[in-house]
Amino acid sequence: MSESIINEQKEAIEVDYEKGNFSFPEDYTYDAGTGLNEETVAYISKVKNEAEWIKEFRLKALEIFNKKPMPTHWASKDLENIVFDNIRYYLSKGQKPSRTWDEVPDDVKETFERLGIPEQERKFLAGVEAQFDSEAAYSRMKEDLEKEGVIFVGSTEGLDKYPEIFRPYFGKVIPSADNKFSALNSAVFSGGSFIYVPKGVKLKQPLQAYFRINAENFGQFERTLIIADEGAEITYMEGCTAPKFETATLHSAVVELVALKNAKIQYITVQNWSNNVFNLVTKRAHAEENAEVKWIDCNIGSRLTMKYPGVVLKGRKARGEVLSIALANDGQHQDTGAKMIHLADETSSNIISKSISIGEGRSTYRGQVHMPKHLKNCKNNTECDALLINTNSRTDTYPAITTRGEGNTVQHEASVSKVSAEQIFYMMQRGLSEGEAMSLAVNGFVNDLLKAFPMEYSVELKRLIDMEMEGSVG
Amino acid sequence: MNTTVKKHMSANTAEPQWLLDRRTSGSEIYTNLPVPSAKDENWRFASVLSEDIDAFKPASEPEEDAIAYALSHSNLVEDAIAELIFVDDHLVQSKPLPKELIDKGVCFISLNEAIEKHAELLEPYFLKDATRLGSQKYFGLHASNVKAGAVLYVPKGVEIDQPITVYHWSNREKGLICPHTLIIAEAQSKVSLIDVLASTTQDNQSLNISVSNIQAHPSANVYRKVIQNFNAKTLSFQLDSAIADKDTQLENIAINLGAAKARYENQIKINGSGAHVTMYSLSVAEETQEFDQRTFQTHNAPNAVSDLLYKNALFDTSRTIFSGLIQVEEGAQQTDAYQTNRNLLLDQRADANALPGLEILANDVKCSHGATTGNIDKDELFYMLSRGIPHRVAMQLIVLGFFEEIIEKLGSDSLAENIRKLLEEKFASKIKS
Repeated sequence: MSESIINEQKEAIEVDYEKGNFSFPEDYTYDAGTGLNEETVAYISKVKNEAEWIKEFRLKALEIFNKKPMPTHWASKDLENIVFDNIRYYLSKGQKPSRTWDEVPDDVKETFERLGIPEQERKFLAGVEAQFDSEAAYSRMKEDLEKEGVIFVGSTEGLDKYPEIFRPYFGKVIPSADNKFSALNSAVFSGGSFIYVPKGVKLKQPLQAYFRINAENFGQFERTLIIADEGAEITYMEGCTAPKFETATLHSAVVELVALKNAKIQYITVQNWSNNVFNLVTKRAHAEENAEVKWIDCNIGSRLTMKYPGVVLKGRKARGEVLSIALANDGQHQDTGAKMIHLADETSSNIISKSISIGEGRSTYRGQVHMPKHLKNCKNNTECDALLINTNSRTDTYPAITTRGEGNTVQHEASVSKVSAEQIFYMMQRGLSEGEAMSLAVNGFVNDLLKAFPMEYSVELKRLIDMEMEGSVG
Repeated sequence: MNTTVKKHMSANTAEPQWLLDRRTSGSEIYTNLPVPSAKDENWRFASVLSEDIDAFKPASEPEEDAIAYALSHSNLVEDAIAELIFVDDHLVQSKPLPKELIDKGVCFISLNEAIEKHAELLEPYFLKDATRLGSQKYFGLHASNVKAGAVLYVPKGVEIDQPITVYHWSNREKGLICPHTLIIAEAQSKVSLIDVLASTTQDNQSLNISVSNIQAHPSANVYRKVIQNFNAKTLSFQLDSAIADKDTQLENIAINLGAAKARYENQIKINGSGAHVTMYSLSVAEETQEFDQRTFQTHNAPNAVSDLLYKNALFDTSRTIFSGLIQVEEGAQQTDAYQTNRNLLLDQRADANALPGLEILANDVKCSHGATTGNIDKDELFYMLSRGIPHRVAMQLIVLGFFEEIIEKLGSDSLAENIRKLLEEKFASKIKS
């Protein structure tokens, strides 16, 4: 294959980061400075006017963070390149979440405009919680949702106003000590969404949040907690784009979901970080009896992403699902996967992961399926497919499966392939350029998963993959 | 330097310097490396080794009864063309190769004899590398102690159809055995070797650290089977490695039935294009047995095939761990690499762990892995019951059927039949009506 064709193919798959590559003058009212110590944490807590127990929670997490070693005995050594002292752990415009559009500052509005959240679209969204740096800049909920008792607020407001609802679950699904980065988040979290859906309330439209990072060396540590009470149903979507910066940026979120009896939660992420961002996210859900939790995850961009959404299946007949797409380009490592912990009879889980490696990109699937011995009739199905575009692309698969008990079945399958020469030849014969043919093949590879995304996102994703094609025609 | 090395030096001054150096470095590695813990990825899911390894020592010469038992039970392979039998690392019987093969330059001798007469043949390979699968420490212990085993050298173009067999019996309480097998197959040669590991008693606890190494030169055909059937108290480490050159055919079959804890490591490196490597394993775990299997398929050259199939059946509270990795290096295009692990849980307390891994650095490859774990298919069982087959027999048939795929790969009817008998014996007490 000639160099020009390889370049053409690369361009074909390349995502146009320039679309998200802009920033505004930094003008922050509160700034905790760089570096992390007890004072930083106390400062964050003070600015946020937090209750004493939250401050203690943060300080304890900081202690855990300092003690825990980097998980480099199994994870990428690239983690060692994070310089925690060069990161700003908190800044904010000092804004309280706004209730009406008019109160939102103009430059923030412009950011959203360019991110492509059209104003008309908001009508269709149940509420828009868009995070600009650390604080929620815009927060609105439809009145009828409020009437039904749905709570959709930022993390600070959630813990301040509704401690009786959120405190019992906060930090319970993912304890601070779960891993080094969950401890870091627990120490310095700000922003994110806290959502409570009352018994039997079924949200027809998805709740949505867009995130951005907009300050150099600024780590974003949002914290999300979603509780779906018995029989409730909710779909939550988050999308991320970040401006390009010279030095590495750290994003380390914690997302906790609680699905009580018969509840359903669907959590959708489309991520498109620029390729200097370390994206180290801990996501986990508890599913009680007959509840269903579905993680739909799309990872594009970033320097290193480590993300393994998990479902702890605690109640009988609970169901867990992870559908994920990862695209790794030059200098990027997508280390993603899933965790399914079966803790009750007749629970079932399904993992489908598709990854595409381009150029020297590396994608890794890392998964865990656990069925302890006293369980009956649990099922797991795992499928990982990897597509390698160039001769030096890389993919890895590291599943870990433990099975005991009676009537449990587990199956894991993985395959690695490339776009077949016959396919490309066929399409070129029909008049497509090689770049177009390649894009079409890549889209075809992920197509069945794209269908699982809600309409809006599947269009956005297709567009992301389509952008690759632009440069390649002709 | 530990005492065993000193003993070797005084007992056998004929050992060349390079070998003494390798023994010394092995002894240092054993002493300096920590006992592996489950935090090490290569030991994930393995239970902690609580036994004191240092309590096991090379055993003195076996008594007459033990030799007699070993000789009368070394009958698993009926058509062996040559044979060596060891008890506690002491050679007790050897059946040399037929004269015509010796005349062609084939060499099948005990390790001691090879060190004495053909040290230069051993130097490039013997105790050279540990596998990178986690047991470097125990490889070190093997290197400092090894004195028994077989060296098989097949010159260019020589084909041997009938199998060659080596039996290693463990005998005394707290005895350490370190069997070694080295196969050097020159270009266009063909050979088949079977190692059988077993115990003369039901009660004596011994420690086995065996190492085997296969060097397959271009277009060589090498079949190696290893049957591990130690008593239920023995601890066993089998550290196997092979290098497959251009256009080689390499077939590995491991049958694992015995031992309290048995770790089996098998590392295959494909260094030449066109190689075709298969790795099969069959394990039956019962009571509190633990089989810990770690495999590594490295493709350093293009156009090669490797295929792995590991099947485990688990009774009682037994455990199995399968951890495999396929690594396709940059430039190893047109690789076909497969890895399959199937676990049949026959008791709800049994515990099967699978870690099937892939690391692919080339794009034009066909690679896949699969791992499944499940119970006996109720429909299959019902079908047999409805045909009047008693429950117990039906269960046995299903489990035997599960393994038949591996057994028929053994390539020898009499060996296959003997293995089936061993399995049936094991099932007889396990599968109840």
